[in-house]
Amino acid sequence: MQSSSPKRKTSFYLLAGFFGLFILFLYGPMLSIFILSFQGVQGSMTFPLRDASTHWFGDLFTSTRYGDLGGAFRRSMIMAIAALALTAVICFFAGLAFRKRFWGSGPIFYLAIVSLVIPGLLLSFGIGQMFQLSGMPLHWMISGLGAHLSWTLPFGLLIMFAVLNRFDSSWEEAARDAGATPSQILRYVTLPILFPGLIAVALFGFTLSYDEFPRSLLTLGTRNTLPLEVANMTSSVTTPALYAIGTITTVISLVVIAVAFSAIAIVQRRRSKRMATS
Amino acid sequence: MINKDWVPYLQVAPLAILMVLFVAIPLAVLVTLSFWLSDGISLTPTFSFDNYKAVLTSFLTWKLLLATLKFAVLTWFFTLVIGFTCSYFLVFHVKNLKLQIALFLLCTIPFWTSNVIRMISWVPFLGKEGLFNSFLMMLGIIDRPLEFLLFSDFAVVLTYVHLFTLFMMVPIFNSMAKISPSVIEAAVDAGASPFMILKDIIIPLTRTGIALGSVFVVTLVMGDFFVIRVMGGGQSSNIAAAMKNNIDQLYYPDAAAMAVFLIIAVLVPIVVILRIVDVRAELAR
Repeated sequence: MQSSSPKRKTSFYLLAGFFGLFILFLYGPMLSIFILSFQGVQGSMTFPLRDASTHWFGDLFTSTRYGDLGGAFRRSMIMAIAALALTAVICFFAGLAFRKRFWGSGPIFYLAIVSLVIPGLLLSFGIGQMFQLSGMPLHWMISGLGAHLSWTLPFGLLIMFAVLNRFDSSWEEAARDAGATPSQILRYVTLPILFPGLIAVALFGFTLSYDEFPRSLLTLGTRNTLPLEVANMTSSVTTPALYAIGTITTVISLVVIAVAFSAIAIVQRRRSKRMATS
Repeated sequence: MINKDWVPYLQVAPLAILMVLFVAIPLAVLVTLSFWLSDGISLTPTFSFDNYKAVLTSFLTWKLLLATLKFAVLTWFFTLVIGFTCSYFLVFHVKNLKLQIALFLLCTIPFWTSNVIRMISWVPFLGKEGLFNSFLMMLGIIDRPLEFLLFSDFAVVLTYVHLFTLFMMVPIFNSMAKISPSVIEAAVDAGASPFMILKDIIIPLTRTGIALGSVFVVTLVMGDFFVIRVMGGGQSSNIAAAMKNNIDQLYYPDAAAMAVFLIIAVLVPIVVILRIVDVRAELAR
């Protein structure tokens, strides 16, 4: 597949062009609301940008028009961090368990797949009704977090499967032969080797919970998280303030992604350095 | 010391408990609820098929099902074409592995940001005074803004493609990356044309990815109730949106019957796809 013949070159440029357009399609709209969130006081929700300012960001914090944005943001953060930790720990151990066939492994796996493909609204409705019919009040940190985990855990599990696919269990056997206890093997062999994959699982746990809308809808009780507030704003707010909140939450997501990517890169660079020196 | 046989059960227990609590039981509650009756104020626990009768005999339900399927098929088609082409480019035309991974990650980053925001971001593009209309008017292609761009079926499908192409692309990319370059080299040496390689080698070997991506996209589109409401501007609807209306009006049993109907409607395409492609057998490959 050398690109020596002129024909192959044309197909390369055509495909590269198509790919470039796809990237533009993915990022262009995001970029435009980023720019428009700096709209001036008199500016509208569309281009052109008039008298660029940070007015609408300030408006989000000072105006009472937008409800409890600060509280919603705080709850979203707490839930996302809880989802991150629980998803990483639960999926790590579940992934290890699924390496062997055990009684009930099939049904548990299928339940996770069902949770992945079932419309979020249905599950949201079911969880909400389960709590209400059994007389338990809905609470964002109980029913809400449970609903989020129904979404983050299957994703985390599938990533663990992919990570474990490339994991050579002879490392563990070698440690066992050398006399390591199961907990020592876990701590000094399995966990360090799987750590980069575990960061990816954690990234999914955080971002999927932080942005989750349908599964939050009927499970949070009286308090909202940020995606719900933003979704409400789409019908009530007709100023660039909507873009300003969009920019803020997207920037937070991007920072989290950057932190996760760098962490994985650092771990792997250290690893390859150690391999080179030893 | 714990007996060794118990280790997997202890390891999987938290996942199993949460899956039963927040997936299995809620679904059982939905099914139970669909047989109950409601007068809009209080629920009556009973075993009645009235809700199903109402759902299945209403002309509106079938109209909504048709709309749901229409959006699913359109979105499936566009995400498949785009997802396949982009994966094909990355796997077979980007030789530098680091660049390939970097470009792949570039495609996946939006997945980790908010869908609600990504949907809203089309508003400044598609509106009457939006970028697209201004651009076309500047070029002199049109002299009046196109009205159908925003708040229309067009906007709904465009948003779906924007949001969900990734779900098609990632599994296809995975399948394609597993194809051994030597297979293709052998075909080239044997005189196969690029089109033959695509048709007889690449497409058959990526069918697992295509099947998984299709399951994702079809279920995501069929379960959506929000994009269709906001981007459709109140003109379009589907089963999930109608169900959401029932919930808002506190007609829970009706909504539950509709939910079961939707689950069956979602299951049919999944079963068809998995009948065509044996995903489990191919994943183990």
